[in-house]
Amino acid sequence: MDYFVNVTLTGLTQGMIYAAFALALVLIWRSTRIVNFAQGSMAAATTFIALALIQAGASYWVALIVALASGFVLGAIVERVIIRPVEGGPELNAVIVTLGLFVAIQAGIAIIFGSSFQSFPTPFGVRGFEVGDTTIPLTPTSLYIIGSVLIVMALLVALFRFTRVGLAMRASAFSQEVARLLGVKVGGMLTLGWGLAAVVGSLSGLLIAGGTFVWPAYMDALIVFGFVAAIIGGLDSPVGAIVGGLILGLALSYVSGYAPRGSALVNISALVILIVVLLVRPGGLFSSTTARRA
Amino acid sequence: MSDLQSPASTGQAGKATDEPPVKATAGGDAPSGPAATGRTFLPQSTLLRHLLVLAVCAVLAVLALELSSPYQNSQLATLSYYAIAAGGLTVLTGMNGQISLGHGALMAAGAYTTALFLDAEEPLPLPVILLAAVVVATAIGALVGVAAARLHGPYLAGATLALAVGLPGLAIYFHDILGGEQGMRVRAPQAPESFESFIDAVSGNSASSTKWLAYVGAICLLITYFFLANLVRSRIGRTWRAVRDQEVAAELAGINLGAWRVLAFVVSAAAAGLAGGVLAIVVRLAAPSGFTIVLSLALLTAIVIGGLGSLFGALLGSALLVFLPPFVTNLGGDLGLDQTEAAQLAPFVYGVVLIVVMIFVPAGLVGTIRLRWMTRKAKRAMARAGADDTGSRR
Amino acid sequence: MPDTHGSTAMSAAGGTATTTRLLEVEGLTSTYGPVRALDGVSLSAEAGRITAVLGANGAGKTTLLRTISGLVRPVAGRVVLDGEDITKAPVESMVAKGMAHVPEGRGVISELTVDENLRVGALFRGKVDRSEFDRVYDLFPRIAERRNNAAHTLSGGERQMLVIGRALLAKPRVLLLDEPSLGLAPRIVAQIFGLLRQLVDSEGLSVLLVEQNARSALSVADVGVVLNLGRVVVTDSARTLMADEDLRHAYLGF
Repeated sequence: MDYFVNVTLTGLTQGMIYAAFALALVLIWRSTRIVNFAQGSMAAATTFIALALIQAGASYWVALIVALASGFVLGAIVERVIIRPVEGGPELNAVIVTLGLFVAIQAGIAIIFGSSFQSFPTPFGVRGFEVGDTTIPLTPTSLYIIGSVLIVMALLVALFRFTRVGLAMRASAFSQEVARLLGVKVGGMLTLGWGLAAVVGSLSGLLIAGGTFVWPAYMDALIVFGFVAAIIGGLDSPVGAIVGGLILGLALSYVSGYAPRGSALVNISALVILIVVLLVRPGGLFSSTTARRA
Repeated sequence: MSDLQSPASTGQAGKATDEPPVKATAGGDAPSGPAATGRTFLPQSTLLRHLLVLAVCAVLAVLALELSSPYQNSQLATLSYYAIAAGGLTVLTGMNGQISLGHGALMAAGAYTTALFLDAEEPLPLPVILLAAVVVATAIGALVGVAAARLHGPYLAGATLALAVGLPGLAIYFHDILGGEQGMRVRAPQAPESFESFIDAVSGNSASSTKWLAYVGAICLLITYFFLANLVRSRIGRTWRAVRDQEVAAELAGINLGAWRVLAFVVSAAAAGLAGGVLAIVVRLAAPSGFTIVLSLALLTAIVIGGLGSLFGALLGSALLVFLPPFVTNLGGDLGLDQTEAAQLAPFVYGVVLIVVMIFVPAGLVGTIRLRWMTRKAKRAMARAGADDTGSRR
Repeated sequence: MPDTHGSTAMSAAGGTATTTRLLEVEGLTSTYGPVRALDGVSLSAEAGRITAVLGANGAGKTTLLRTISGLVRPVAGRVVLDGEDITKAPVESMVAKGMAHVPEGRGVISELTVDENLRVGALFRGKVDRSEFDRVYDLFPRIAERRNNAAHTLSGGERQMLVIGRALLAKPRVLLLDEPSLGLAPRIVAQIFGLLRQLVDSEGLSVLLVEQNARSALSVADVGVVLNLGRVVVTDSARTLMADEDLRHAYLGF
């Protein structure tokens, strides 16, 4: 029983990270109809910036803020310089551009920061809380992960629901031409959207790195998990992305925890889940559309 | 076939790039590069023409392999497996408009199959083993293809990315058989005695094992490209292009889109399987680290540089994958990077190239040149040929 | 309301012979690839007047509006709004200059609610008093009831009301309307056109109305411009055009 609870909590914690990453993908998809395959590399880049700061003696929190801020800048620059020319063009071109960015940034990280494994700190302990004389499988770190993702999500909801910029961003995402005719500076909104998405992506990168090792390609699996989570949720829906992330987190945690040598099966399980979802409910679990066509 | 396609070039053909429709019509005779220049005195039959080109290329291959150093031999062997895989990917992405990031994983399937068969006490003959590699990759490709046929663009890219990240994990799961992270050492296949006498007769060079592997690669490459070139020019190739450019029209014409997409995936998976087999014997190792996502992206770079949809372009792009890394790595060394850092310059360049090509010359090298040539020809042919121009601008 | 378009002054101007040419289009030429969608089109829209642009499908009507508002860049010609050359001005700036464009297919942002749609229309003005929204809702009680519903639940007529209301929140001096009657029941069309007339008369608005439904359009318009294959065939008062049976048969289909 304890084991089950433990595995479930691990799944939920990981799921929150996947959810955040999926949310970042969905934010970009909604506004530009592009899946940003470079998101993982971009997040890895900011994590390495944070690591460099921490190694230079900065506190975790300073490094976190700087990493998130640099994520924003990176996202905005990427949209302005690299994505803008292929926006609205053939979808394959945009896919290839984000893939190019994926490798280029990953290789860039290796050139600048080296390709060896480096340990990344976590600000909180990874030992479970003690209640009386039993240790419950809930750690300060997992609380930190869940809490910070929830805070970021709440901030995003507030931004989109209650602010003028948020409204302008939504209008730009849903209907670029109409928004432009109504005087919304759509270009700026898209840049802002990419920047914000990169912040959320960076956060998930920093969270998953906490207490473990990072190397230039450490986000490769998370791109897949985030993508699968977003697809489960329908790729268009922020709420779907979050639910998708939690479902995937739990599923993978159970595979890892219960299947023999399950940890080696995690990646392939994500693939299987993805294919099943795409074949059975191509529009994701939360949509009514059935076909996915250009 | 040309009149069927021309309307798509300007219209909604939002898929791949807008060029391939134009190129595809031109591309009829282009897959076999040399044939395009001198086709006036070449036989009319496609098959005969391709056979002639095949013979010429075989002679060129022997010349190249005999006039180069052992190191260059091994580079050419590397070129052959990149080019085989890139050729298959060209059929899928260029001809049929589907993208795949999973070809690295399919190559892994071929490589591990080859490694397993060569591991036997008395290994089967090499052609049989390579065929087995093809069969295994094809089977996986068919499975993936069935799922992929319903997807497009980013969905397909994501699904095949999951394949690329997920499949090598099986090698770790079955580490007793497949060697886990360390991978499997591959026993070098023995060259037959006839090979020795052949080399002796041709050049008098020593018939080393490196040379033998380079020949195996070259033979596989020639067979693959001969097969693909004929396929592309056949009714099958035309249907693929119709499926890519005129999805709705093709469906209305009674073409089963899904089945044709699966077929494209299967054909390109077969090529990837063969490429994996060649890789295994050339590199002598099948390990998960050899089939990372970077491999799949390198293949994508090759076909994008070459211009989506051209076999000659895929070959050219693959050559770049082989000859560029040592060049930029040296460059990095000169710039003061240490060895591991400099080794990362190649993937860095792949990424930058993908971005730059897509932004500035989305038709790729071969595609752009051919497009220019086509446009000139078209302008000469008819006064109102503005359609090509609009195509090239996107 | 700013004094520049004080309603009384404008409607007075519209009523007299000295009309103000708010929008002028000179020799506008736009191409789609090799096709010339517009071929040297010149026309003007005056304050307090409805100018109907008529013609068959493919005559260049929609391209005309899209070129005026900058969505399509012309290869030749000028667009002048109240003396200012706006040919090269960014699309986003048009509405602040006093020109609102309601695109073909209505341009409702269907994922947003009715109220959010209206708020987007007023975004560029900064803080806007709630009473202005209430005025739009007073004008269109039917959408007022649905203000918190997603816009995709609206009927065609309600959508048209929403986009016109949204355009009005931008306080335009020139309103470009692309096929507002498309797909609407005649009763609704009459209602919307009637309301448009009222607005033009009371606020001194200038409307450039693109319509395929020439009969309805001419019944509400002051001036008619007939386009054919990207060129202006004739410009005259709506009444004269209505009376010209040959022209109606040849270009207007009724």
